[in-house]
Amino acid sequence: MSAKTPSRLEKIMAAGHLGVTSECGPPRGSDPETIREKAELLRGYVDAVNVTDNQTSVVRTSSLATCIHLKLMGIEPVLQMVTRDRNRIALQSDILGGASFDIFNLLCLSGDHQSFGDNPQGQNVHDLDSMQLAWTARKMRDEGKFLGGADIKRPPRMFVGAAANPFADPFEIRVPRLAKKIEAGAEFIQTQCIYNLDKFEEWVKQARERGLTEKVYIMAGVTPFKSAGMAKYMKNRVPGMDVPDDVVKRMADTPKEKQAEEGVNICVETIQRLKEVDGVKGFHIMAIEWEEMVPDIVKRSGLYPRPEIA
Amino acid sequence: MITAVRKSIEEIIACVSPYDRILLVGCNECVSVCSVGGRKEVALLSSALHMHFLKQGKTMDIREMTLERQCDPEYVEELVNYMDGADAVLSMACGCGVQTIAARYREKPVFPAVNTTFMGASERQGVWSERCQGCGDCVLGITGGICPIARCSKRLMNGPCGGSTKGKCEIDANIDCAWQLIWDRLKALGLEKRIEDIMEAKDWRTSRDGGPRTITREDLAS
Repeated sequence: MSAKTPSRLEKIMAAGHLGVTSECGPPRGSDPETIREKAELLRGYVDAVNVTDNQTSVVRTSSLATCIHLKLMGIEPVLQMVTRDRNRIALQSDILGGASFDIFNLLCLSGDHQSFGDNPQGQNVHDLDSMQLAWTARKMRDEGKFLGGADIKRPPRMFVGAAANPFADPFEIRVPRLAKKIEAGAEFIQTQCIYNLDKFEEWVKQARERGLTEKVYIMAGVTPFKSAGMAKYMKNRVPGMDVPDDVVKRMADTPKEKQAEEGVNICVETIQRLKEVDGVKGFHIMAIEWEEMVPDIVKRSGLYPRPEIA
Repeated sequence: MITAVRKSIEEIIACVSPYDRILLVGCNECVSVCSVGGRKEVALLSSALHMHFLKQGKTMDIREMTLERQCDPEYVEELVNYMDGADAVLSMACGCGVQTIAARYREKPVFPAVNTTFMGASERQGVWSERCQGCGDCVLGITGGICPIARCSKRLMNGPCGGSTKGKCEIDANIDCAWQLIWDRLKALGLEKRIEDIMEAKDWRTSRDGGPRTITREDLAS
């Protein structure tokens, strides 16, 4: 696979390096300093920083505005866009807006249902779904055309990604669904947080057997546990999350003051094991409200320094 | 059918209490089948209102009528002789019936006694579930007879999402994941490959997004 966009993330993975991304959740307020402080913690340790789009349906500063802050700081953003809140007019408009600031990465998502957030009374849009958004972004980039068919002056140049959850049901269609996302236009995939490594490896194996790992960069998603309570919460409360009992037990058996450290240990061990899996092309480290741990995780996982790319 | 649930008695009382003479109108169609606005429910609501107002020391004059079909002007015309004797109309039909009365009797206030809910089917005695959103461009032929627009919480056309767990939707463990149902059905039909066909961006003009819709059948229109 050769790079088709100016995306630093794409170039790094196209050159055969493992890519590393992390994420920055925008604040529930308009203070740009909180964005800059978070992003500064990640500078130099990751190739690009995902900016979440009103994650868990809670109102925050917009993903696009936050991406622009990052871009102006010289940090490469990944613009996350959910189809929950905007129709095809607004989605295409925001892709252009991002492109006007030379944002080169886009992650297409359907988004958590609004019933999980702070405005459960609201309507959802879902004019497009995540696959149709990826398809739209690729059409805009590759054909220079809007969904409606008109030409775009200076089309976006975005590396287009999507999410995959190898742990959701039914498992038997998770690889066919990956194939479908690739067909729709996804060039990289960031996965749900991985704790069940055996199941993840089985998913990658099936993807490999279908030749999908040659068509898409799979970035394995990891999230360090801060506490045993978080492990239990993720296991029991977060839809589509697979946290095996032995992982929860390992956290629970650790004294409270050492749990955060153990959570990071598990994360680093996960990355080290998955680095060896044929078909894994990078890691997406989602340290939720714990960005300061990312440099340590990257270093201890042998992913530092990050490659220099022209 | 069109399903509905009755409004709370308090809300209904608040609507009709300024008046002395109420025409309470049921409908023999959908709301009768889902036991919310037929002849029997009209009688029950009428009794409940009588009792309430009697306790307040007020005699409310309530005339009960149940039309064959309240969304049809032909049947709504049957109310014409009773309108002079009523200060307001309380309708137990769906929103279509309420509006047909409002359109015909312009000078008479009309209040809904039910909340029109969805187009659904009966699952078993006393249980109805949403099945159709009237998008105007039916996809059931390619989704194994299960509608992703009406039955997926995110109306995903290329589902399931990452929140599908043990056949249930991420928003509520009592809601079936539509895409699990679609997958099971495609498998039963030997059409597994179809799950990989991309459904393109839907043209929603045939749905409510194209503006309020009208069907005109030239062969029938007078």
